[in-house]
Amino acid sequence: MQIYLPIAEVSVNAFLLLGLGGIVGILSGMFGVGGGFLMTPLLFFIGIPPAVAVATEANQIVASSFSGVLAHVKRKSVDFRMGTVLLIGGLVGAALGVLVFNYLKSMGQVDLLVKLCYVLFLGIIGALMFVESLNAIRKSKKPGSAPKRKQRGWIHALPFKMRFRTSGLYISVIPPLIVGVCVGILAAIMGVGGGFIMVPAMIYLLGMPTKVVVGTSLFQIIFVTAFTTLLHATTNFTVDMVLAVLLLVGGVFGAQIGTRIGTKLKAEQLRILLAIMVLTVCGKLAFDLLVMPSELYSLGATGGH
Amino acid sequence: MLRWLAILVALALPASAEEVVLGMSQDKVAITANFDGSEILIFGAVKREEAIPEGDPLQVIVAIQGPSEPITVRRKEKRFGIWVNTQSVDVDAAPSFYAVATSAPFDEVLSSTEDLRYKISIPSAIRSVGAPMTVQDSQSFTDAVIRVRKANSLFQLNEGSVEFSQDTLFKTSIAMPANLTEGAYRTRIYLTRSGVVVSEYETEIDVRKVGLERWLYTLSRQQPLIYGLLSLAIAIFSGWAASAIFTGLRRG
Repeated sequence: MQIYLPIAEVSVNAFLLLGLGGIVGILSGMFGVGGGFLMTPLLFFIGIPPAVAVATEANQIVASSFSGVLAHVKRKSVDFRMGTVLLIGGLVGAALGVLVFNYLKSMGQVDLLVKLCYVLFLGIIGALMFVESLNAIRKSKKPGSAPKRKQRGWIHALPFKMRFRTSGLYISVIPPLIVGVCVGILAAIMGVGGGFIMVPAMIYLLGMPTKVVVGTSLFQIIFVTAFTTLLHATTNFTVDMVLAVLLLVGGVFGAQIGTRIGTKLKAEQLRILLAIMVLTVCGKLAFDLLVMPSELYSLGATGGH
Repeated sequence: MLRWLAILVALALPASAEEVVLGMSQDKVAITANFDGSEILIFGAVKREEAIPEGDPLQVIVAIQGPSEPITVRRKEKRFGIWVNTQSVDVDAAPSFYAVATSAPFDEVLSSTEDLRYKISIPSAIRSVGAPMTVQDSQSFTDAVIRVRKANSLFQLNEGSVEFSQDTLFKTSIAMPANLTEGAYRTRIYLTRSGVVVSEYETEIDVRKVGLERWLYTLSRQQPLIYGLLSLAIAIFSGWAASAIFTGLRRG
């Protein structure tokens, strides 16, 4: 069944969009990532104009994250306090990111920088997580080796300490704020919620327990993507409501299923799956940059709007 | 007084002896929610006051042109091992849709001087004032516009697709793809003989979004904040609904 999208001004198959929404929703619920880093390239691929894809995807992430976070709230695996601190940083970052995005757009290099960002971040995070979780699985198989005690590094020496009960942490608010700002900037530039950066950052930099990380990341993503959606809707007029509805109907159900699958898997298994997925997307994007494109020329609206 | 009347009569009379009488299957294209492209049937007849003139046969050209807009064409080059956008050329106006149908190969139907005058062929529909000094081969950028749009069926040259019988009745159909932009589509019909235009006729096809499509589009442009908040409300509601339904399913 073909559906004409009023803002994107293209006609696409409605069931294809429902299916895509569903699959990405499952991943979103499982890993606590918005799924934008998968969905945005997929939307480009089926012919949605990039500007519309990025903006509409933000709107869809709001829905799937909200659906996912409700399931986590019931299980009390959301650290609201940590989420709020990350959110404050995230909103500042998102505003900065939109400024950077508009500047790059006027230079015609947005595509390249977005892709380089993806390759760089996905590559680093994917590789780190893959190695780390592989080691963790190996260690857990050896009986008798006690888990290492958490290191007390420079992060614990910073001022403005705060107690995060749900996460069982007593650390300075500065590292979460910085993580929030960085993720916010990337989220706005790359058109994603930033979960795939946020989740590893919370595990490895802040030392939060994996079970709390997913819910907290989703909680924070709702607000950052809602903010991004509003910015895109009011400045670029690129949010396509019909596209968003089709994606999110699939997405919200997928997220519910994904959250349930996620609770059945071990933390290490969850991380290694996410690492493999991140590396796959990274590999595909790197391949596209290195291989000669079939069409060297691209058309775009003349700048200024 | 009599002389003025004579001039008026002369002006009112058609310039040529052969004239187009046109019909169309539709003069409006309504973009609805399930719009999947549209086929427009254009048919007509040649009206004559006298016998068919001797010489080459009469030919027909039908051209439909969507609203024009400026576009930026960018070219990728390999830099440091990766493909990067390097040079760009701004094209001042390129139609969003352009279809030309003829009754014979284009070169036989219209001479290049007449094409310059009436701007019928696809390249002549694109207006490009000039490329920056740094770009040597600006022509390849214009060619790229045509190539990319042809690949998307947005530019079409259908040679010989106009059926023309007994130098009088003609018909053709033009397929408009699903990814149309709104606006007035300028529709021109030319009669040519020996590559020279002998008569022309012009009308418009109105392409409009209707119903829900129209409403959403208007809202997003005129009340962007309300539109954005509405999008968010839908998102939050469906997130909540899915969660509630699943909780209900588990209990039930």
